[in-house]
Amino acid sequence: MSDVAERVASRRGLAWYELKQEIEEFLYQEADLLDQRRFREWLDLLAEDLVYFMPIRRNVKFGQHADKENTRQGEGISWFDEDKWTLGKRVDQILTGVHYAEEPLSRVTHMVSNVRLLDVQPSVDDPHEVTVGCRFLVFQNRVEYEQYTFIGRRTDVLRRHGDTWLIARRELILEQNVLLAKNLSIFF
Amino acid sequence: MTTQLPIDQMIDVQRGLISREIFVSPDFYQQELEKLFTRAWLFVGHESQIPNQGDFFTSRMGAESVILCRDHAGVVHVFLNSCRHRGMKVCRYEQGNTSLFVCPYHSWSYTTDGKLQGVPLYRALYEGTLQREDWPLIEVPRLALYKGTVWASWDAEAPDLLTYLGGAVDHLDQVLDCRDGRPGGSEVIGVHKWILPTNWKFAAENFLGDTYHNPSHRSVDMIGIGPSAQRGQTGRRDNEYNKGQHVWVGFPQGHGMHSVLMPEQFDYQPSYLQYPEVDEYFRHCFYERQRRQGEKARLMPFTGNLFPNTSYHGRQPRGLCVWHPHSPTETEAWRFFLVDADAPASVKEVLRRFYMRYSGPAGMTEQDDMENWLYATQASSGVIARRYPFNYQMSMGAYKTDDPVPGDVSLQITEQTPRNYYRVYSRYLKNEGWDSLLGRDVQPMREAAE
Repeated sequence: MSDVAERVASRRGLAWYELKQEIEEFLYQEADLLDQRRFREWLDLLAEDLVYFMPIRRNVKFGQHADKENTRQGEGISWFDEDKWTLGKRVDQILTGVHYAEEPLSRVTHMVSNVRLLDVQPSVDDPHEVTVGCRFLVFQNRVEYEQYTFIGRRTDVLRRHGDTWLIARRELILEQNVLLAKNLSIFF
Repeated sequence: MTTQLPIDQMIDVQRGLISREIFVSPDFYQQELEKLFTRAWLFVGHESQIPNQGDFFTSRMGAESVILCRDHAGVVHVFLNSCRHRGMKVCRYEQGNTSLFVCPYHSWSYTTDGKLQGVPLYRALYEGTLQREDWPLIEVPRLALYKGTVWASWDAEAPDLLTYLGGAVDHLDQVLDCRDGRPGGSEVIGVHKWILPTNWKFAAENFLGDTYHNPSHRSVDMIGIGPSAQRGQTGRRDNEYNKGQHVWVGFPQGHGMHSVLMPEQFDYQPSYLQYPEVDEYFRHCFYERQRRQGEKARLMPFTGNLFPNTSYHGRQPRGLCVWHPHSPTETEAWRFFLVDADAPASVKEVLRRFYMRYSGPAGMTEQDDMENWLYATQASSGVIARRYPFNYQMSMGAYKTDDPVPGDVSLQITEQTPRNYYRVYSRYLKNEGWDSLLGRDVQPMREAAE
């Protein structure tokens, strides 16, 4: 058995499934807050030390993907490499009503699928921090004819906060090189 | 294609009327590709992207892919990215290091100085017919390096780059020079590439000094995203220039800038207030720059556009943009972000974060530009819309020449720079000679002031 298969099999206890279900529901509710444009409530789900990161993907030679395909968090220029303060500013800006890139507001649906628990600390029975992988499909329709589809892989670190969770880290691997949208004016 | 386009009727800078056709018409677009992008000097990249022998960066000139490459002797080249045999791109990586560009199609291979080296089955199939030395990668006839930036032109007769830039170079220097006044010394820390559903000239014009579009950035100014926002300052950047005289400057080669001339006695304006270490760094740089440059240090940069499609932001943020044409109504935007290569890591960290929240498709300021350019293009495409010209009559005649800085200078917000830009643009489309393209054989433009 491969390492991956072994790891998956070893975690399939009832507590693991319960945790996975709880995490999935959290992610779906979070997506729903965004789609309902309840942006301030969405901000409340973000940890104060949040890292929100979307690298730029590059066309590199075979064998160099691990090193060079994606820009890196903490250096150079990415699509997003920011904190909760900046995301709060983005929300403030939309709520001015004169941020014309989102005025009138876009129609957005967030699809979340392929949810997997990648790591649980300290244990599945007492989960304080969960690393969860998923796929996202974010559909944006804007004004009359503008339409954008953002598809990719996401890795979140969720931190236990009372009876809910806070997002402490979000990494978004968008499956594009040249960005095929005029703007990234929505949240992912 | 020979041009029968009624260029002078479409571009009437005397009256400040410019047809929407030049922003949406496939005929004008084709003429631009054939007569403008084949002649003008175009920015292709920065030496910091290709520091070592064999390094390459795949770039664009107009609508075509080119390879910027440093060969194994250290010489910089720009090649058309297309195999001489059947035209396949010989490089589809964005950047890297290589000793050969090998075409995936039939495996012709080229050395980093462009020579055709490998032709499979050469002896059996080509001996005596194909002379390898006659079939190198197609190379630009003109290439120039300036303070780290790399420029190229497809016109062997083009004047040298500095002649082409003319007086605009004093403004470009404010982008490329170190913040402490040493010449050059910048590096590219990243490149944004994205698709704009707009004509490329909307973007270029924005940087010619369209300060009039400030109201479209109201939202970001209200919330404040500058490097002092967490100290309660609104606005999208620090207000370093509040004691200066804003100047909008046009040059006969088509370039246009919005810069600021600071008073004879002026002091450092505290900035980056939420980062004391960065404030201290820029304070140090400010006095060093004054010491090194003296009177010249009074000129500070805002935005500019080097004819035709290279724009810059001079300071907050700092970088070069290229608006690559894709079609009359689509543009591929590239933004190269700059910092001083030898700035402390803590300074670079603050700058890159500010650049990202300000600029490009995720930038809180520029998102609103993209919205404007899209719908301006779309709503100008209709048959009825195209019957009505755009209005470029702002501040007609309100400028002086070489006062208080070289060039045609307006002290108020103006459309003099775009009027000048489109005047030069029309000369390219009429295939005029370089004396005309450089503005040498014409009187300074004087419109009838309304």
